[in-house]
Formats: sequence, structure tokens, C-alpha cells
Amino acid sequence: MSNIKYILGSFGDPDEMMHGIEKLQENNIKIHDVYTPMPIHGIEAKLGVKRSRLDIAAFFFGITGTITMLTGVYLATAVDWPVNIGGKTHFALPDFIPITFELTILFCAFGLVGSYYASTHLFPGRAPRVMDLRATDDRFIIAVDAKENTDHTKIDELLKGAGALEVKHNERKYISYE
Amino acid sequence: MGTHHYNLSEQFEFTGKAKTLSIVGIVLGIGAIAYGFFSGAQERTFANLLLMAYYFACVCMSGAFFLAVQYVAQAGWSASILRVPQAMARVLPIAVVILLVVIGLGLFTHNLYHHWADPELLVENGPKYDKLIAGKSAFLNIPFFMGRQVVFLGIYSFFAVKFGQWSYNEDLQGGLNYYRKSFKNACIFLVIYGFTTPIFAFDTIMSLEAHWFSTMFGWYNFAAMWVSCLAAIAVIIILLRRAGYMSWVNNSHLHNLGQFIFGFSIFWTYVWFAQFLLIYYANMSEETVYFYKRFNGYEFWFYLNLVLNFLTPLLLLMDRDNKRSETILLTVSIVVLCGHWVDYYQMIMPGIFEFGTKSGSGFGIIEIGTALGFVGLFTFAVLSALSKKPLVAKNHPFLQESLNHHL
Repeated sequence: MSNIKYILGSFGDPDEMMHGIEKLQENNIKIHDVYTPMPIHGIEAKLGVKRSRLDIAAFFFGITGTITMLTGVYLATAVDWPVNIGGKTHFALPDFIPITFELTILFCAFGLVGSYYASTHLFPGRAPRVMDLRATDDRFIIAVDAKENTDHTKIDELLKGAGALEVKHNERKYISYE
Repeated sequence: MGTHHYNLSEQFEFTGKAKTLSIVGIVLGIGAIAYGFFSGAQERTFANLLLMAYYFACVCMSGAFFLAVQYVAQAGWSASILRVPQAMARVLPIAVVILLVVIGLGLFTHNLYHHWADPELLVENGPKYDKLIAGKSAFLNIPFFMGRQVVFLGIYSFFAVKFGQWSYNEDLQGGLNYYRKSFKNACIFLVIYGFTTPIFAFDTIMSLEAHWFSTMFGWYNFAAMWVSCLAAIAVIIILLRRAGYMSWVNNSHLHNLGQFIFGFSIFWTYVWFAQFLLIYYANMSEETVYFYKRFNGYEFWFYLNLVLNFLTPLLLLMDRDNKRSETILLTVSIVVLCGHWVDYYQMIMPGIFEFGTKSGSGFGIIEIGTALGFVGLFTFAVLSALSKKPLVAKNHPFLQESLNHHL
């Protein structure tokens, strides 16, 4: 039993990488993930990545902001300290629409930044999880789980055949802990 | 990338149900207008004619604006649908003539703009002397008013027709010359359009209540005409697609149109609210009188306006899948188009009549009939203009990008 955890195919060209994905999929080899330095059009569909639920999260963060502000304003202007301003009702809704709008956006933005950190483990002070540093620079990386897919020579051949410049056998998942 | 082959010389045939229904609409409209005049509700009929003529002209000139925006942004996604806004822009001269006739007749028969167009208002110490109107008479006088209308609408029509012609010449001759020409003229047109549409809105609609003014009004009207034009484009494209034309229009094109309609509905609300909030907050009687009229008799329309133009697109078009769904986009577009009728109704009627008075305003045969008439006219004119050219500008430099558009 080898200690290899992940096999990384490192490509110099996005089209060759897409070709590599096709090759692996044709041979029923499950791809763990793909890392690229830039967005690749149509790659989500090819890899079968599920649609992000970030928009749903955004809606709920936003609505939380709306409710928070309206409640706060109501408590402040109508319950705790009612002041007569220009003869208007204490809870004069139109006056508070702009600030409600602002808080909706603020909650939405902060919530999304938080969600992003939570899902990518990018908390301050924590080493980022990177499988291959050159995926942040000029290489397109296909990562295959070596424990699930045991025929390593075949994976190597497929990746090389598709045009991989380099195939790495890594004994640990992330290099960044080193 | 898909290697689909579309029939790029496909041409729309204007026959059958669409033609019959639009002619029926026109006939109903003429009937309703005749009924309006003969039943003695002249002023109300004129107000409705102004509403629909203004709406018609605004949608068509925003078609030219859409073309200009696409050229200036060098947008690729829209290259294959440009013939629809081109057809709308092509119809602008007709809409302009109708609008000018309505304004001119309304002015000279004292049915429209009598708030400021009466010369006795300017006679100092006279019985009808109005200091505010007299102060505005350097701007609001009949020759200058009609002159502005003719010049503005003339310039818009000129560019609107030209964009279509250049695109058609591009079809015949190819090359980048006509694209460059359109780009350059689109830049010029946008500058002119941006500075003149607020004044156009001040003149045509805001001067009905000449004592009141709002600097937001021009942008508020611009937002309304732009979003209603986008909704009209979406409706035409979806219905053409359902009739078997424009097979290259995919969900991503609809998605873009949906984003446009969603975004500009929010923009419309933003401008509408910016105008409302300042007046509400400052609470000065010479400004609040505008909303006082709209809260007495017109409350239903006032709130309906927000439901149709803000809540409906906000809630129904927020989701990505909904923007890509033909049925939902069509429904929302039709709601928005009806919503902006209510919006213009809100702008025009309360300034002229109290709600429900005899021969005054209301919602009845005249309103529905006039609206149907102009919808029929719009459909008839736009679809006949559309049927004269192929449905796609086959030599547009970004056509391939548009045919392969994918979000």
C-alpha cells in the first residue's frame, strides 16, 4: 500500500487540461478537483460542479439586515424615545428606507465575505490550502484522489497523453502546511 | 463551442393572428377615441391620447437608445437580437408625428397644458395673472415649447432611422465601416439623448402641472421609458421565438434581458423614491401638493404602481432560473409594461382631474380602448418594420459571439 494521497496533473494549456478531464472521465476516474489560475468557461458543467448556493445565502443575509434595521428603528423612534418630527408619525417608514437599504447591503456584504472565508478556510492567521502553488500562477492542475483510484500508472498515462507537462504523486493533500 | 448552423437570412412574415389582432386593436382604439370625443369627455380623451402617444414614442426612442448603448459598450451578446430594437427605432418617426399632433391639437384646443399656455395668465394685474407661471414664461411659451419638441424628437428620429439603415447596409456590404460609423454616431446620440430626455419629460408631462417642479422628474421618466422598452424587446423576442423564429436566441440572451429588466426596475424605484422621499421629508406645501393629489382618489393607482413596477420584478426576477425562464420573463415583462402605463397614468391624470369626476378621470372604455389602440398600432408598425429585413444582422462583427452566447 503506497502512501500516495493525490495525483496532480500539471498542464500548461487550458485546452489540454479540458482534454485531460475528458480522458479521465471517459475512463471513469473520479476527479477530486481542478485548480486554475483563471476562470475557464464551461468547466463547471464539465466537472458537474453543483450550482453555488451563495445567492440564497445572500438573500437571507440581506433580509436579516432589513429586519434588524426596521426593528431597531421602530424600537428607537416609536417605543423607546418617540419624538415629534415635522408632525409625522413616530415610525415614519419612508424616512427609514435609505438606512434600511444600507443595512441590508452591509449585512449581505459582510455575510458573504464570512461565507467565503468559511467555505474556503481562508481565516486570517491560517495557512491557505493549496495543492500546487503553480495553480496560482501559470499551471492548470487536475487533482485525482489516489486512494479512491488505485490504478496509478493508468492515471499517469492518461494525464501525460492529454499533454500534462508534469505528473506529481503527493503524499500529503496540501503542500502549504510545510 | 457549439457549431450550430442557423438560417441567417431568416425573415419574419407578418401575417395571420398577429396582423388580425393588431388591426382589431387599432379599430377598437379609434372607436374608443371617437366615443371619448362624442360623449363630451374631450379633456379626458386628450389626456389618454397624450399618455399613450408619449408611451409609444418613449418605447420607440428607447429602442434607439438600446442600439446606441450596445454599440458604445461594444456589446457582443446582443448582436443577434438587434433587429428588434431596430424595428422599434424605425417606427419612431410615426410615433413622433402622432405625439406632435396630439400635443399640438391639445395645446390649441386648450385641452392640454392650459395650466401655462393661457396668455391671460401673463397679463400683469389682470384677473387671471399668475406670478409663478409668468416667471416661467421665458421657458414655457408655446413657440419655444413646440420648437423644443420638434427639435428633440426630430434628432431622436434621425438617429433612430440611421442606425437601422447602417445596419442594413452592413448586411449588404460587410466590413467594419458601418460598425465604426454606428459606434461614432451612437456616442454623439447618447450625449444628446442624455441631456435632452429630461427636458423632454419636463415639457411633455411635468408642465401639465406647471406650478410644481422636480429635478428628479427627468430621470424618473427616463428610467420608466428605458425599462418599458427593455420589457417590450423581451416580449417581442419571446413571442417571435414561440412562433418559431430566432432559434439562436437562447436562455443566456433571456438571462441578460432579465438582468436588464430587473436592474432597471430597481433603478426606476430608486429614482421614484428619491423624488418622493425628499418631498415627504421636507414637507413643503408647494411640493407636497403633487402627492396630495395622488393620495386623494388615486391611492389605489399610487400603490399599484409600486406593486407592478417594483415588487413584481424584484421578487419574480431575483432568481437566476427565473430570468432564464421564458414564461416568467414574458409574464414579468407584460406586468412591467402594464405597470408603466399605470406609472404614466399617475403622472398625467391627477394633475388634470380629480378622480371620478364627471367627464374627468377614471378607468373605463376610454382608458382601455386608447391603450389597446396604441398597443395594436405599436405591434402593427413594429412587426411590419421587422418583416422588411432579415431577422439577424449577418455581417455584424460580434455576431459569432452572440450566437455562441453562454452565461
